[in-house]
Amino acid sequence: MTQPASDLPVPPPIAPERMLKPAQWGMASFLLSEVAFFCTLIATYVAFMGKDTVGPTPAQALSLPLVIATTICLLSSSVVIHFAERSLHRGEQKRFLFLLAGTAALGIVFLLGTAIEWRTLIVDHHLTIGRNLFGSTYYTLVGFHGLHVTVGIVAMLIVLVLAIGRELTEKFRNGVELVAWYWHFVDAVWIVVFLVVYVASRSSGA
Amino acid sequence: MSSLVEQPRGIELADRPADVAMNMGWTAQAHEWATTVDHKKIGIMYVVMSIVFLVIGGIEAILMRWQLFYPRSKVLDQDTFNQLFTMHGTTMVFFVGMPILIGIGNYFVPLMIGARDMAFPRLNAFGFWVTLFGGVMVYMSYITGGAPAVGWFAYAPLTSNTFSRGAATDFWALGLIVSGIGTIAGGVNFIATILGMRAPGMTLRKVPFFVWTMLWTSFQILLAIPPLTAALTMIIFDRQLGAHFFDVPNGGSAYLWQHLFWFFGHPEVYILILPVFGMVSEIIPVFSRKVLFGYEFMAAATMGIAFISLSVWAHHMFCVGMGRMPDLFFAVATFLVSIPTGIKFFNWLATMYGGRIWFASPMLFSFGFLSMFLIGGLTGIMLGAAPFDFQLSDSYFVVGHFHWVLIGGTLFGTFAGIHYWYPKVTGRMLSERLARWQFWLLYIGFILTFGPMHISGVLGMPRRIYTYDAGHGWEIWNQLSTLGALIQVPSYAILVYNLITSLWKGKPAGDDPWDAWTLEWMTTSPPPSYNFEEVPTVHSRRPLWDLKHPEDPDWQYE
Amino acid sequence: MDVIGQCALLAAVRGSPGNMSIFAPASPGAHSIVDLAILTFVVTGLIFVVVEGVLLYSVWRFRQPRVEQTGEPPQVYGSMPIEVAWTAAPTLIVFFLVLVTTRTLWDVEKTQPKSKPGDNTLFVNVIGHQWWWEYVYESYDGRILGFVTANELHMPVSDDDTMRPVYLTLKSADVCHSYWVPRLAGKVDLIPGRVNSLMLETKEPGLQLGQCAEFCGAQHANMLLRVNVDTPEEFERWLANESKAALEESAVADGRAKFLAQSCVNCHAVRGTPARGTYAPDLTHLMSRQTLASGIIENTPETLADWVRDPQPIKPGCLMPAFGLTERDQQLIVRYLLSLR
Repeated sequence: MTQPASDLPVPPPIAPERMLKPAQWGMASFLLSEVAFFCTLIATYVAFMGKDTVGPTPAQALSLPLVIATTICLLSSSVVIHFAERSLHRGEQKRFLFLLAGTAALGIVFLLGTAIEWRTLIVDHHLTIGRNLFGSTYYTLVGFHGLHVTVGIVAMLIVLVLAIGRELTEKFRNGVELVAWYWHFVDAVWIVVFLVVYVASRSSGA
Repeated sequence: MSSLVEQPRGIELADRPADVAMNMGWTAQAHEWATTVDHKKIGIMYVVMSIVFLVIGGIEAILMRWQLFYPRSKVLDQDTFNQLFTMHGTTMVFFVGMPILIGIGNYFVPLMIGARDMAFPRLNAFGFWVTLFGGVMVYMSYITGGAPAVGWFAYAPLTSNTFSRGAATDFWALGLIVSGIGTIAGGVNFIATILGMRAPGMTLRKVPFFVWTMLWTSFQILLAIPPLTAALTMIIFDRQLGAHFFDVPNGGSAYLWQHLFWFFGHPEVYILILPVFGMVSEIIPVFSRKVLFGYEFMAAATMGIAFISLSVWAHHMFCVGMGRMPDLFFAVATFLVSIPTGIKFFNWLATMYGGRIWFASPMLFSFGFLSMFLIGGLTGIMLGAAPFDFQLSDSYFVVGHFHWVLIGGTLFGTFAGIHYWYPKVTGRMLSERLARWQFWLLYIGFILTFGPMHISGVLGMPRRIYTYDAGHGWEIWNQLSTLGALIQVPSYAILVYNLITSLWKGKPAGDDPWDAWTLEWMTTSPPPSYNFEEVPTVHSRRPLWDLKHPEDPDWQYE
Repeated sequence: MDVIGQCALLAAVRGSPGNMSIFAPASPGAHSIVDLAILTFVVTGLIFVVVEGVLLYSVWRFRQPRVEQTGEPPQVYGSMPIEVAWTAAPTLIVFFLVLVTTRTLWDVEKTQPKSKPGDNTLFVNVIGHQWWWEYVYESYDGRILGFVTANELHMPVSDDDTMRPVYLTLKSADVCHSYWVPRLAGKVDLIPGRVNSLMLETKEPGLQLGQCAEFCGAQHANMLLRVNVDTPEEFERWLANESKAALEESAVADGRAKFLAQSCVNCHAVRGTPARGTYAPDLTHLMSRQTLASGIIENTPETLADWVRDPQPIKPGCLMPAFGLTERDQQLIVRYLLSLR
């Protein structure tokens, strides 16, 4: 809009900025807030480790085989969604749908594993959220993580429904990218949860 | 003034929101506002909501001051009083302070960076409605037989079922979780907007200062609110599911709550003040007719405050017996905040120095901010000196201090912003005469209310007591406080009257009534729903200065 | 402005028994806090004067109504040397404040020693309750004491030759409280699940007042603190009396029986009787106390009778209910309580 006269100073040309898109910034900053949220829950879990007045302790109640299996599911789903994204960018729609469904399925398997684990804890070990501090912190931390897994699965199912039999646009691809970011984040949180809950507290508790 | 102002915009009159509204029935209008995703309307709704809650919180304050006028007075009983200060604190922090700043940011951040809306308009509307719903929810506690009576920082285990029966505390915690989600949505939106939608040429080093402070406020929101959400969830789980987070007999920890709360609570203070720093950094240059002195240092100081504020939370906990080394650490961190804050102050003064200062109402309120916030900062240094805080903590001195920061700082600054930007929002000027009355009543009433509190605190009066005995020398100071509060009342009434009547009585403002320099003054007042006909191109921090002074533009010097 | 008001006020209130000003310290700890306070006052006061001065000067010197303005003033974008200077100045001030704060911090926060004979040191456990204070006297001068009293702390006064400090161990039975006797020390919180400690020591005999400083529920405002600083002789006499079990006077045997038959004993204790409740103040030597209801009313036969009849009008929301005693039962019980000297 500036039409400088000949004797007026001419501004330097504008170099375009190379930065993330608004939606990417949005997801990144949302995930930052999620980091703060989970850090609080994890810090609380750690602060209460070994402070229980009654059992069961993590060492008594938690068993590793099942959770290692579900962990493998969840972590491998991160790889799968990565390949799903790649096929989306190459325009291989069928392959994309298949891989995305696979990711969601692995997430569902993870949730089922959690359900089985919780049933064992509640029925066999009588560990409820009101039983002791371990119960309170464990169910809150693992529960909120499970909630995030659920949200991720719902998001992927929505993407699937939207994608079936349609031309996939640039906007759609960007959306899928954000779902993938979210999913990677959920997996990363699980790594920390696994290390804190199933490794550290299980080995430190009597 | 520049010829820019008269430039034809080619915008149909009907496109202007205010004019469209005039032609609609009230149901259609209500529908329009309830379903809008326009950042400007959402911004206005945020501000209106905040002013409504400001009046409610103010009434609560007046009731408390009335009770404290005489020793052993019986105006209110202990439960009512305890509920009042809980609701007053909660209201003012969560439903006045944050939403009014987020609202002003909502309106002006996109305009100032040359964007057509926020990055996520629907998320924006969601954020507002959820915040409002959270506020309503907290007040719903009254219909369960009384508001919560735990104080706004709700120290465990007072919040447990054992000590707080009934549903009020649950309403309080849920309401804050819900409104916190709205605030986080706002923070996400600001970051995406500011980082991703700036006009061509407006690099991050060239954003208007208010935008810069909103960016760092948003980061603080993202880091501070989620821990509060988590901690409030723990309260709910304790109360509703029998969890043991804060249940001491079963190994829970009352101390943990204090850490979690203040990890939110202190950054919160900066969430409430950084945007105000931004506003006065816009206003002081315009009304001194000088560019902001030392922009880079101001920008760095903002970042400094944002970072340091994450490591000072336990200065609210000097009396819990942390031990000497933690006490010293948090005292030092607290002192350190005063360095970037001092830099800001000196830069504002340097901006005014040698300028031509025009005391229109925005500048008058900025002067109020400068002269009063300084005192709040200095009493903050006293509180930061840990051993001194052993005496001052939880006394009326603290009450005086943080009101000096939140009214002397946040509120004066926000009023400066409201008077500065009202013409842009409505197309009309506020009455300068009323603004002056409002300012001086507030200035005097405020000093008279909160000055004496420092003294009664030093004389041993603890906060949150519903009554007190005569004979400690507290009476006169409490009476002066109450008197001051009464002087403040007409000031707020004048503000509301001025805001409403100026809608039709105010002088037409034109596009750029203050001869200002940032992009929002380039478009019409009020701006069309798409903000700018043509997305402006920016070469400096003061794009309008460049246009008004093509012979000596700013980009030569930056 | 505050400082002037403060001085005027100090003159007025100093010496009066209700004085709770932190600027009238009566102990070494409170004194060093005042020293720090005055230092910070001076430093912040200087900053205040300079900055407000520059502000007011700029406002006065450079103000100009819009109508008189022509053109723009010279634009100054910033200056590196100036910025460095006014970053360095507050940094130096902060450095100075850190030093004095550290010194005072080490002065004020004392670690609790072990009790031993000849140390002239009193050890008391303080337990905060909603809304009263329980004092468990542990030991004095190496002697084990082991009695319980409520709401009124007695401690010996120091003199030039002998320091007689009292170490308080602070705990809470329910919610957070805070122990604050401004003229003797800064406040320390009583937090459930934590053990805190506070040292008091003064050369000034007489009564010191304070009150709970952390909001603790309905009657937080009426959770007052009274510290009686006795001469060593008075203190020994008080200790001797408190160490004894409750008096058993035959004249009030009826009242005693009534008291023990009522639910009083579920919460209150009277040493030497079956009454061993721990939820409410120990009544063994009730009449040695000057006040009732954690310091809000004087302890007289009339107020005691009012309190036993119905405490709620006196301290609304307090945890002791009205028991609906018959007039006769109530008189008998009050007469018994009056015998607990």
